[in-house]
Amino acid sequence: MTQNFPALGLILLFPAIGVLFNLFYGRRAGREAVNFVGPGVIFVAFAVTLTGFITLLRLPPGAALQCDLWSWIVAGSFHVELGLRLDALSAVMTLVVTGVGALIHLYSAGYMADDDDYARYFTYLNLFALSMLVLVLADNLLQMFIGWEGVGLCSYLLIAFWYDNPQYAYNGRKAFIVNRVGDLGFLIGIFTIVAALAQHGVWTLNFAAMQHHAALLQPVALTAALLLFFGATGKSAQIPLYVWLPDAMVGPTPVSALIHAATMVTAGVYMIARLNFLYLLAPPAMEVVATVGAVTAFFAATIAIVQSDIKRVLAYSTISQIGYMMLGVGVGAFAAGTFHLMTHAFFKGLLFLCSGSVIHALHGEQDMNKMGALRSKLPITYATMLIGTLAISAVPPFSGYFSKDLILEGAFATGHVWLWLTGVVTAGITSFYMFRLIFMTFHGPSRLDRDKAHHVHESPPVMAIPLIVLAALSIIGGWVGLPHWLLWGDAFKRFLAPIVARPPHGPFGEPIVMLDVERFSTSMGLSGIALAAGLIGIFLAWMLYIQRPELPDRIAERLRGVWELLWRKYYIDELYDHLISRPLFWASTNLLNQGIDHNVIDGFVDGTGATVEGSGEVTRKIETGNVQHYAFVYLIGVVAVAGYYVYLVLR
Amino acid sequence: MTPISYYMALSAILFAIGVTGVLVRRNVIVMFLSIELMLNAVNLALVALGRRIGSMDGQVIVFFVMTVAAAEAAVGLAIILSMFRNRDTVNADELNLLHW
Repeated sequence: MTQNFPALGLILLFPAIGVLFNLFYGRRAGREAVNFVGPGVIFVAFAVTLTGFITLLRLPPGAALQCDLWSWIVAGSFHVELGLRLDALSAVMTLVVTGVGALIHLYSAGYMADDDDYARYFTYLNLFALSMLVLVLADNLLQMFIGWEGVGLCSYLLIAFWYDNPQYAYNGRKAFIVNRVGDLGFLIGIFTIVAALAQHGVWTLNFAAMQHHAALLQPVALTAALLLFFGATGKSAQIPLYVWLPDAMVGPTPVSALIHAATMVTAGVYMIARLNFLYLLAPPAMEVVATVGAVTAFFAATIAIVQSDIKRVLAYSTISQIGYMMLGVGVGAFAAGTFHLMTHAFFKGLLFLCSGSVIHALHGEQDMNKMGALRSKLPITYATMLIGTLAISAVPPFSGYFSKDLILEGAFATGHVWLWLTGVVTAGITSFYMFRLIFMTFHGPSRLDRDKAHHVHESPPVMAIPLIVLAALSIIGGWVGLPHWLLWGDAFKRFLAPIVARPPHGPFGEPIVMLDVERFSTSMGLSGIALAAGLIGIFLAWMLYIQRPELPDRIAERLRGVWELLWRKYYIDELYDHLISRPLFWASTNLLNQGIDHNVIDGFVDGTGATVEGSGEVTRKIETGNVQHYAFVYLIGVVAVAGYYVYLVLR
Repeated sequence: MTPISYYMALSAILFAIGVTGVLVRRNVIVMFLSIELMLNAVNLALVALGRRIGSMDGQVIVFFVMTVAAAEAAVGLAIILSMFRNRDTVNADELNLLHW
């Protein structure tokens, strides 16, 4: 059942107004106005989303709100109608994007207080919110792709926000180009789907229509699903295209929080959840998604152990957590993946904002080796960041506990024991590196630079309030997905159930071995194991960084090779550099530039000129300037023409 | 009555002499005279053929040709005159500015 709800358009309209205002009048209107309009439009969009959400809750399960916009492409029988659709899944995403987005916009007003480019900043940030909302509210695949590209552009613009630093500009380009590689897969995936549907005369990319005609997609389901997932690995920073995300941390910290933690990077998970009917047709593709997710989660978590840049730790943590989400949607626990997406937006957004608060207090210092003992100086930041850390470490009753548990439960229930085990181990590593971050930053002896030490100050209220709100959400945000036997039970899953059903059959078609995770003891047992792993991680971090601070260096010394491998991020950047970037550069320089451009194309163009010149050089000798020569040639011509007519007559 | 072929032969001979004169003589004035000769060879042919087919058209065209020839002579001689004043020569070989 679909109800018409034109107000959905307002969710896009307000950020669009924000973009135009900040772009054209931001400078003239001044900082006060920009700080009011920039976050303000997102708050209004959030309010509109909230009314839409409440309307949706009153409708029967599985209902959706629809707002038709206009026909975008009309070519023969191929129509693309732009429209907005708020169903359970997009409602969750839209609430996250506008809600967390509004808080981060607000925080930005404080964070960017010393930056003169505030108008440009809020233009980009509003544009990002707009693109992201286009992505999540899209009712067809092509419109989703518009948003998909839009957020990529904004990500690039904001990573390279301080573009006068060449390294930052380089990192921005890196993010953009890596994303383009993924986007190519996404685009080909769309083409595959169009081609498959068009063969049967179905010319549509509308999600509902595609789901209706899902049977027609069966022949291309595997190809399309894998191609779309390749796009998702770019946007959502999974193996093999994750390399841009850690480098994206050079952007302003609120940007890292909004784009590179809470919203944009989860677009891939959302896309898979949205196209769950397609992925369910291709069990091998689901296996790939789950495996890539689990491996990425583990892989990124190990790198995070040794990093010393506070934002880099969080970046790898984000990659790792998105890996969990991919694991969730990959094993068919779409609701669990989406649930973790939501709670992750709360606590990772919070963690990034807290790190921003620390960096702000230390005037740009990001190296954890130069922090320590900030607990008393930044009490609000410390308290909120501790809450975020407990949430990501999956300690009950914080939000991360419930969502991570659901994912692991889903993996175990579908018989992916190895992936489940990877997830559990990763959970332990996660709590270890997160508490390492907390201990190195806020506890222990102070390692601050002398001149920075006495300038340390707690952030202003405009930054502290978003921290507190997000901290509250990080605690209670998970309670919508309690275990099914507790209080209101798993309300989140029930809310999403009409859209993302459980897989009808297991990987590769055989009937699934459903372990009875609904049983209290099984559920608690699984949960207990994951919790134990997390607590062990916390304990180890406490041992190494509080009790025996000299131990980490000794261990690093002992395991030099391992440490070096992790510190160098498994040499993946170097590997890509040697395998892809350099051969490409070499080929571009030597083959394309020197070979094709200089020799072939320039040769062709120059050759045309040279031929004309050379033939002119030869033929100009004919022009003697002597009138009698011309007269003679003329005579020959006359004789020839006359002879021709004589020939015609005599023939 | 003289056969038409005689007239035509004379006309052809005169025309050929004119052509040869234009092509081989270096003096521009002589080339000019040769052109007049060619024109008049054509005139002769026109008059003779006009009489043969019993039409006045041939003679009418001849008058036009004569008029044009007179105008041509006036313009041509003026050009030759100014050429001589500028270049001190009427030799066609030396009047070859129009080349590479």
